[in-house]
Amino acid sequence: MADLIEMTRQAEERWPGLVQSWVDRRKPAAELRCSRSEILPDVARWLASDLGYRFAGFVVEEQPKEWEIRYLFYHPRVTGWVYVLLQQALEVRAIPSISSQVHAADWQEREVEDLFGITFEGHPRLGDFVLHDDLWQEDVAPMRRDFDEETALAERKPRPDWRPRRIVENPGAFVMPVGPIYSGVTESVLFLLETVGEDVIRAFPRLFYKYRGIEKIAEGRTVEDCLLLAERFAATTAFAHALAYCQAVESICRVQVPERARWLRVLLAELERVRHHAGVIQEICESTALSVAASQAALLEEDLLRISGGFAGHRYLFGLAVPGGLTVDPGDPACLRVVDEVRQTVRQLNELEQRLRFSSSFLDRLEGVGFIPAQEAQDHGLVGPIARASGTDGDLRKSQPYCGYDQLRFDVPVETEGDGFARLRVFFAEARQSVQIMQQIPVRLNAGAVQAPVAYQSGVALGWVEAPRGATFHWVRLGREGVIERYRLITPSFVNWHGFHLAAENFAFQDFPIILASLGLSVAENDR
Amino acid sequence: MKQWVLEGLHTGVKSTSYPKSEERAAGVSPGRPARPEAISWQEAEELQRRCPTGAITAHGGRLEVDYRNCVHCFRCARGSGAAMDWQPGYEWAYFTRRNTQSQPWPKSFEGSLHILVVDAGDCGACLNEVRQLSNPYYNMHRLGFFITPTPRQADILLVVGSVTGQMKLPLLQAYEAMPTPKVVMAVGACALSCGVFGPSFVAGCGVSGVLPIDVEVPGFPPPPLAILHGLLVAAGRKAPAPPSDVSTVEGAVAKLA
Repeated sequence: MADLIEMTRQAEERWPGLVQSWVDRRKPAAELRCSRSEILPDVARWLASDLGYRFAGFVVEEQPKEWEIRYLFYHPRVTGWVYVLLQQALEVRAIPSISSQVHAADWQEREVEDLFGITFEGHPRLGDFVLHDDLWQEDVAPMRRDFDEETALAERKPRPDWRPRRIVENPGAFVMPVGPIYSGVTESVLFLLETVGEDVIRAFPRLFYKYRGIEKIAEGRTVEDCLLLAERFAATTAFAHALAYCQAVESICRVQVPERARWLRVLLAELERVRHHAGVIQEICESTALSVAASQAALLEEDLLRISGGFAGHRYLFGLAVPGGLTVDPGDPACLRVVDEVRQTVRQLNELEQRLRFSSSFLDRLEGVGFIPAQEAQDHGLVGPIARASGTDGDLRKSQPYCGYDQLRFDVPVETEGDGFARLRVFFAEARQSVQIMQQIPVRLNAGAVQAPVAYQSGVALGWVEAPRGATFHWVRLGREGVIERYRLITPSFVNWHGFHLAAENFAFQDFPIILASLGLSVAENDR
Repeated sequence: MKQWVLEGLHTGVKSTSYPKSEERAAGVSPGRPARPEAISWQEAEELQRRCPTGAITAHGGRLEVDYRNCVHCFRCARGSGAAMDWQPGYEWAYFTRRNTQSQPWPKSFEGSLHILVVDAGDCGACLNEVRQLSNPYYNMHRLGFFITPTPRQADILLVVGSVTGQMKLPLLQAYEAMPTPKVVMAVGACALSCGVFGPSFVAGCGVSGVLPIDVEVPGFPPPPLAILHGLLVAAGRKAPAPPSDVSTVEGAVAKLA
């Protein structure tokens, strides 16, 4: 709190008359209102480089008379949020890019340019991002309020002759496209491998083949209808996203979630984390063609899916979180049982880790592969297990606690090597910590309701959760009678795909599946 | 390496007994709603109102659950007021109206089918359940089903997701590249109906507007055993299930009169 107030005082001193600040002690959050767009890159650089704040993402809202653009920052060791707010007349079509100062904003600006038609001055590469150039005309801006889908669809100009931009221009170099449909059971994404033959120089992903326009179709829906979107746009981490959304709605409507529901939410969120990490571990084993280990991990993943199904009714924990609490109370005996079952499964995971650590053929394929340097991870604003394997110890459960995580004992495992093996160790260690958290829940469960009544009111709030893949942010603006006016999703996979090319640099072809698996990225979570 | 061999042997056989006999382990399926035994007209209408995707319809004295639209939100089963019954099980796949013959290909194909999996806008869950088919519990290889990375060798096109605008062309190209005879299997509510994402300017209403579907597997996501049942139905080795559950609402006529 004191840090936030001190920060706002310094900001007003540095830009006298240009920055107005305001602190909300309840959330806590601070707002820095910039009256001129030119100072924006400087303010962003000051927060990120001088004060060590992390850039989470930004939210563009089209209000009746003006653009409201909020840049969201948070500090890994200070509780509270910082919004840098810029208001511009609706006629304004260009604002300064901050990505030259804060590189983490690079993809976020590309996304806004594609969806809102706002240009970022100084950004080196805009266009062909969410809406692909081989299908959509350049001037379409679906997130605008006056977007007419009939006309936009009618005017689409497919360009089958479209070719990706090449970066490597050496003699003999060529681009090898992989995807969007490729090998086995994989999500749709196109990889452009720039190669000279056996070695790949760089690899860039072309995403958003699965763009479903979640943020657009959410507008005008009721809170309940939008909950279905929040829960299901990236269903392998469904509960985390549903929870972030519910917390945003609860914050707007000032609902106190019953204590029992709060602890049960922690239990379910950690169950999901263990299950997700087991899945990633399985894919890593699979990618190195160590069949027995892959099968062992697959058994454990399926065990955890069954445990989830038996405990909560659905293998991916659908239909549980609602604004106000949870829809069902599994009961104390079931909670004790699920903790015990997960503990046993994670013990088997530990045994698997021990065997993997002594399998030299496995280690040879993971060590030094997909290396992400610590500085690059920070500059790209990477989050979650990927960032923590590169020495960046950010975890929202610690720095911005929710659901009572500040009352629980757990560590945030950090590794410094930044390669595939470091990430594998982080996944294993986080699964162990999740069990430790789960074990603290049953004794805290008091009798009581699991759902509080919610009276919808208009307002705006941020919901955040440390999802299994990292920090996720749901920005919700409610109009009258619980209708969604703006729903912004900042997901860990979107942030981390931005850093994918760091791991995929100067590698041999056969390492590609290993690099991909060791990052554990979701395409659905990105292509929202 | 020796330790892995021993470890594998030590684990023993984990494969499910399905399709020979029923799999009864907990958590293999989320189940799905079924019409309740006795229900009033008001209750039927309330259930219809609570269903966010229009899977439950009550009209003309009939209560119908269309499983194509069901997204397992549990809103018809939980909370106060009327509730649908919940039925366990996973044998949910059926042939579409276009394809009513039990075997679309020669008998020699029955034992070994190669599957091309295409993600046309999936949220990750259906795809993860397809991935589980290769784990030792379900081990679909023992039944002669194999995933292939290329359409040129595929017999079955397994599509998940709502077919987004930008995935439509790759999906069509994959279908065109497959040799005949070929079967299209749509898996999950998004591929069968508008799901929760469609229709919109980027998300379609499933596969049916793009490709002719032969086998449908409802569910959100369908559990691995339901997808396995779909494959067995496609191969003509299992009987299909009905696509919806229809009943007359008892007492409805009296109350309306």
